[in-house]
Amino acid sequence: MNRLEKRDRHVRLALLVIAFSAVSILAVITVFMFEQGTPIMFKYGVKNFLAGSDWYPSEKSFGLWPMIVGSIYVTSGAMVIGVPFGLACAIVLTEFSSKRVRGVIKPLIELLAGIPSVVYGFMGVVILVPFIRETFGGPGLSVLAASIILGIMILPTIISISVDSLQAIPPAYREGSIALGATKWQTVRMVLLPAARSGIIASIILGMGRAIGETMAVIMIAGNAISVPRSLLAPVRTLTSNIALEMGYAAGEHRQALFATGVILFIIIMILNTVANVTSSRRKKAKG
Amino acid sequence: MSLDPRLSQRIARVLLWAMTVLTVAVLVFIIFFILRKGLPAVNIDFLTKNPVDMGRGGGIFSTVIGTIVLTALAIVIATPLGVGTAIYLTEYTWENTLTRVIRFGAECLAGIPSIIFGLFGFILFVTKLGFGWSILSGGLTLAFMILPTIIRTSEEAIKSVPASYRQVSFSLGGTKWQTVTRVVLPSALPGIMTGIILSVGRSIGETAAVIFTAGSALRIPTSLFSSSRTMSVHFYILAREGISMSKAYGTAAILIIAILAVNIATYFLMNRFIRKYS
Repeated sequence: MNRLEKRDRHVRLALLVIAFSAVSILAVITVFMFEQGTPIMFKYGVKNFLAGSDWYPSEKSFGLWPMIVGSIYVTSGAMVIGVPFGLACAIVLTEFSSKRVRGVIKPLIELLAGIPSVVYGFMGVVILVPFIRETFGGPGLSVLAASIILGIMILPTIISISVDSLQAIPPAYREGSIALGATKWQTVRMVLLPAARSGIIASIILGMGRAIGETMAVIMIAGNAISVPRSLLAPVRTLTSNIALEMGYAAGEHRQALFATGVILFIIIMILNTVANVTSSRRKKAKG
Repeated sequence: MSLDPRLSQRIARVLLWAMTVLTVAVLVFIIFFILRKGLPAVNIDFLTKNPVDMGRGGGIFSTVIGTIVLTALAIVIATPLGVGTAIYLTEYTWENTLTRVIRFGAECLAGIPSIIFGLFGFILFVTKLGFGWSILSGGLTLAFMILPTIIRTSEEAIKSVPASYRQVSFSLGGTKWQTVTRVVLPSALPGIMTGIILSVGRSIGETAAVIFTAGSALRIPTSLFSSSRTMSVHFYILAREGISMSKAYGTAAILIIAILAVNIATYFLMNRFIRKYS
């Protein structure tokens, strides 16, 4: 074996080690989160953590129910806004626009993904929150404000994955439908959307993950009150804001409780990721 | 539901277009609003003077330096790992359980929210390893966060290099590694650069993961172990604590300009790359 072949074998081994970096980092993060967050959950009871509605860290009362509900509310709100607009953009980009128009709109939508979340939060504070306060009443910092801003923030995720799965449909589907006399809209509704279903579902689930995990924008506009919101105009605190708001000064069991909040968030995200992964890989398999 | 198909087609078309135009309008509005409100606060002094009195006066020089140093460190750490992973996945193996595990790991890592990275970086780098709030802790955390982006874009770039390039290299007696370093990587470079620039954009805009690992000191960092504040963190603190609205708008304008530059650069690189291989 000559020198070059020997080097090739070393390189292969080194690359194999490097290739495991992402998996190892994921494993280390998982271990650390659970190591830091789960002991206190078991100490005070998992049920009290998940279903308790009082969060008074100084009195050892760690109920996350309002934050869990808060996260669910703002994420659902974000889906109500993000899904229709995201799908509309994806359909227009793939089916209803010329190549030139697409060349302008697509980079702009990608730009939407690049805007920092603090800037979205700031726009919420200076434009949306005052608008909601003056138009609908209430404090303005609310479920509604957070839902709208999050809905905009998840658009790039939904659009790019939906566009990919719409574009992956074989042209014969479109041609067949048009040849049978269907209009373009009928083709979209009855042929393309069903054919791209699993990709679109994956895009929606990933969008959900982004919405539930978003932190800085939500802190700035959601009001952060610790109670289950009674209306769209009431302030709300999410799991992520709970961590970020108190991490700066928390110590001891309080800090551990914040890690427990992180563990719950982590579990939700991992479930969503896995579901999205399974849905989209089933699609790949179905296409052969 | 027996609406005339042509009528419903027309209605659908108008509605879908209206929603798309509204989406684009929101984006354009955000950019113009921030630039219009922020640019008047931006001048040479704003960019070259350090913040005074918690940011009420002075400029943002130290936060620009903090952003650059932190981003550079994250890129320097994540690029070899990401490109190495991509080379392994595309050149050194075939689709099997192992590659599926690696890809699933990268995809999961991509989905983890930045606040979790912040918590993790805080507990591992800041406290357990004793790096404190520092450039090093922040850079490592950011590197972990951008790794999936670099893996995915590099993999796509390497995959799109035509197989004939490799065959020619092998037929001339090149080894695998020679082929990778002298033929494949140079051809895939613009695509790999796209991923790196996208990651720069993410690093510049990141707040949640950075604030708990790099801290928020306003001094210019002197070593890897000094705490530093990035522009995004500075902007967040200015806006949230109501320190100075005009300085906040100014910082936001600089952030937006940086992000625009990053996106324009990726756009042109990507277009060149696609033209080359299609």
